[in-house]
Amino acid sequence: MTATHASSRVEDPAGRDGGTAKVPAAAPRRPALRGRALRTTGFHLTAGLLSALWLLPIALVLVTSTRTFDDIAAHGVGSWPHSFTFDSFRQAWVDGGQQRALINSMLVTIPTVALSLGLASMAAFALSRYDLPFRRVLLLLMLGGNLLPPQILLIPVSKLSEVLGIYDQLYALIGVQVGFGVGFYVFVLHGFMRSIPGEIQQAAVIDGAGPWQIYWRIILPLARPALAALTALSFTWIFNDLLWAITVLRTDSQMPITASLIGLQGQYVSMWNVIAAGSVIAAAPTVAVFLRFQRHFVAGLNLGAVK
Amino acid sequence: MALIGSTRRSRATRVPPVVLAFVLIPLLAEAFWVFWPALQGFYLSLTSWDGLGAPKFVGLGNFSEMLHDEVFRTAAINTVLWLLLFGGLSAGLGLGAALLLQQERRGIGFYRAALFLPVVFSLVATALVWQAMYQPDGLINNVLEAVGLGSWKHAWLADQDTAFYAVIVPALWRQVGYVMVLYLAGLKGIDPALYEAAKVDGATPLQQFRHITLPQLRSVNAVVLSVIVIDSLRSFDVVWALTRGGPYHSSELLSTYMYSTAFQSLRLGYGSALAVVIFVLAFGVIASYLVRAFREAD
Repeated sequence: MTATHASSRVEDPAGRDGGTAKVPAAAPRRPALRGRALRTTGFHLTAGLLSALWLLPIALVLVTSTRTFDDIAAHGVGSWPHSFTFDSFRQAWVDGGQQRALINSMLVTIPTVALSLGLASMAAFALSRYDLPFRRVLLLLMLGGNLLPPQILLIPVSKLSEVLGIYDQLYALIGVQVGFGVGFYVFVLHGFMRSIPGEIQQAAVIDGAGPWQIYWRIILPLARPALAALTALSFTWIFNDLLWAITVLRTDSQMPITASLIGLQGQYVSMWNVIAAGSVIAAAPTVAVFLRFQRHFVAGLNLGAVK
Repeated sequence: MALIGSTRRSRATRVPPVVLAFVLIPLLAEAFWVFWPALQGFYLSLTSWDGLGAPKFVGLGNFSEMLHDEVFRTAAINTVLWLLLFGGLSAGLGLGAALLLQQERRGIGFYRAALFLPVVFSLVATALVWQAMYQPDGLINNVLEAVGLGSWKHAWLADQDTAFYAVIVPALWRQVGYVMVLYLAGLKGIDPALYEAAKVDGATPLQQFRHITLPQLRSVNAVVLSVIVIDSLRSFDVVWALTRGGPYHSSELLSTYMYSTAFQSLRLGYGSALAVVIFVLAFGVIASYLVRAFREAD
């Protein structure tokens, strides 16, 4: 279902010259034509089969979420549906605590994205537009922090948040997510800002603009494409995180949606309709971001990777 | 390139204090939540600690204990196997999908989106979706039954022999689309003139792939390799949601073992030592990634 929507909006992830580079017009001889038609059919068969295989689990979870428990108990979770209801969504949302969990996720994700991109863009601006001493070392130090395996940080971070008195509070999660993510965003934004021509900045300096104005009024607006890409990307990363959440949070009512989904799995053992509904709820925001900002999202994945 | 020169000249020789603050505030945030904890992590790996009293220094005791720890051995072997299988298959399948879907033609957007959609799912949701498929009365067993392979039916996640592989499949399902995007971008960057020249010389598609596509993708391969190694060593969510490393540690990875040792058995020193092992495994990739970034940074 989701995929049908996707089809109409999806854009070529890799570039803009869609459909121009084509096979040189073949001489209109019949065998050649038939060969091409055959190849096209073959392509669509292969690609179609692959897509169907990829979409099957998603279709299955959508179907399962609208079945009744009695239906699943009687026919098995892998059977054709014999019922239709939205009751499982209510169960997951209200009784399963997913409403609370979704709010928690948003309370963490939105400030974290804003804060980490704000801080990262400032650092990237300074490092890319000014001759700071050790700028390359600083840049790589920050990137290196993001590349560390998080496991080495888990125990100290949980102790640190205890010492600060914010253990089991969403602030702790926001803090560590910002600290851990900022290095990567600085690296990507630095690469982008470096390519902005210096004349623009010079003109502003002549007009008497200070560093803050140059940052806020000139560089930041010019960096919008990279910021949009990183926003889409970091939203899904932070929203989907499990490890940091279960490291610094303990109480069920504080847990974000991913951790709550695991709780749901324990609470509603073999009630696949509720678990499926919970998965749909947990996936909906990121799928929505993906469908809305697909181009940025895909661009974001390539940022910092392929140059 | 003249632009870069003028950028250089435009930089003030004296850095305004506000610009210093621009770097220092984010750097402090990262130092506080990452660098300082990381140093503590390395120190804790040399201690024995239950989290309550003071950590007791034991030198390399934790590491020598690993030599006799059966579960550690399983987890380490599984992690390497995960790297090879998950990494190799996602790179291979991602490249295959990119080659298949690189040409612009009708419907290509739909196919790409279908393969790409799982990338935005959380691994926990992904894991639960697949858990339903793996159930004894789930879709996979039903399909096996329907095509006459009823004897292959299995409690996939409950069987020590299959749990590990059953956990890899959802992770792959989600990763392939990501690798595909990286390769699609790489393929796009190859100069079409190279293929034209090869065709004139009478190269077969296989020869073109072998002598043009693969060498031209070298820098993308390096990126894919780093992404895969780092992702593999970080892999946690999907295993935790599906099996918690069980049954009998058969799907245990170093990351899940580290987490349960630290936060369930409360052996914080030993858990830290396991984290150091993960770091050591990742170190080569981190270092080479940074060297590449260093060269590009100017």
